[in-house]
Amino acid sequence: MENLFAILIAAIFVNNFVLSRFLGICPFIGVSRTWRPAVGMGIAVTLVMGMSSLTSWLIYSLILVPFHLEYLDLISFILVIAALVQLIEIFVKRYSQPLYNALGIYLPLITTNCAVLGVALLNLNKGYSLIGSLVNGIGGGLGFTLALVLMSAIRERLDLGDVPKPFSGATIAFITAALMSMAFLAFSGMMQ
Amino acid sequence: MNDLTKKEILLKGLFKQNPTFIIMLGLCSTLAITVSLENALGMGLATFFVLVISNLLISSLRKFIPDKARMPIFIVLIATTVSIISLFMEAYAPGLFAALGIYVPLIVVNCIIMGRAEAFAYKNTVGKSVLDGAAMGLGFTLSLSLIGTIREILGTSKLTLLGHTIISTHAPVIGILVLPPGAYLVMGLLLAIFRRLG
Repeated sequence: MENLFAILIAAIFVNNFVLSRFLGICPFIGVSRTWRPAVGMGIAVTLVMGMSSLTSWLIYSLILVPFHLEYLDLISFILVIAALVQLIEIFVKRYSQPLYNALGIYLPLITTNCAVLGVALLNLNKGYSLIGSLVNGIGGGLGFTLALVLMSAIRERLDLGDVPKPFSGATIAFITAALMSMAFLAFSGMMQ
Repeated sequence: MNDLTKKEILLKGLFKQNPTFIIMLGLCSTLAITVSLENALGMGLATFFVLVISNLLISSLRKFIPDKARMPIFIVLIATTVSIISLFMEAYAPGLFAALGIYVPLIVVNCIIMGRAEAFAYKNTVGKSVLDGAAMGLGFTLSLSLIGTIREILGTSKLTLLGHTIISTHAPVIGILVLPPGAYLVMGLLLAIFRRLG
């Protein structure tokens, strides 16, 4: 049985999805201007990453392996994730209007978020169990949320600063991300 | 968009709408695998072939694809192409395939490919779409190679390709450049330089 706590900590801090694995960069640069939407996006991604870890594990172990169709993993995962996102959207819209208003616009974007497909493929590569995959998915989502919220808080302040023109907008975001990533490197000492 | 000449399509992909530095798509793979020139070239060429094949498939099927269901159809076509390329790489370049890891299958969610399918291949003839895919793929490969070269030379003080050392310097090694922060740093600085120049 794998160490679930180690998987969780590794997914949030040591191998942070955004800052060390480079998954989910588009929303990280695009939706990080102010912190409120960053929180919404983070929650939505965590939800979808957890669910997609579960479903992709079940599909791989219960359908693809018994029928020797392992080469179809990519096609089946991407279709399942797209369908899953649609289902979650319908479900949230039906049962919680406030949550839908908060998350609604981000849900469709998540289908093409590489973190979601990335976590499904990573679970497969590492051979995690069902529970391990779920923990890795949720941990990865939390790590994504952490990086996104930190980044948006920094960028809100940067907007007030006097940034040289060639560095304005996305460019300064990359430099900021470099510094954050450097800080997160320190966590790699935790897992020795 | 329909009246572009072939030369314009080519130049647009390489410079005017360079996928990496101007429209900033496909950043995940760009940042993750550019630790060396060899990885960058491998990723660039894989994306090149996926772009050309998916543009070819989508533009030749565009009259049969219903407008409302086009997104899922695009995704299935792209995922099939990526699966083929990825199996091909696993068979003929296993070292490169292992070095690129999950970023090969992740070409599926590279926004460049979906973007070209939606913005170009779905509306243009087969010939033009293939050219557009090739131009965008080349632009992507060039940008990736540039970042990869800078990171490898400054981060390890040499440049290797297919086992041969091309350049070897005695400059002090800036090790951080081949670690994750280096990707963000080089990308940010290159973006600033290109904005200052253009």
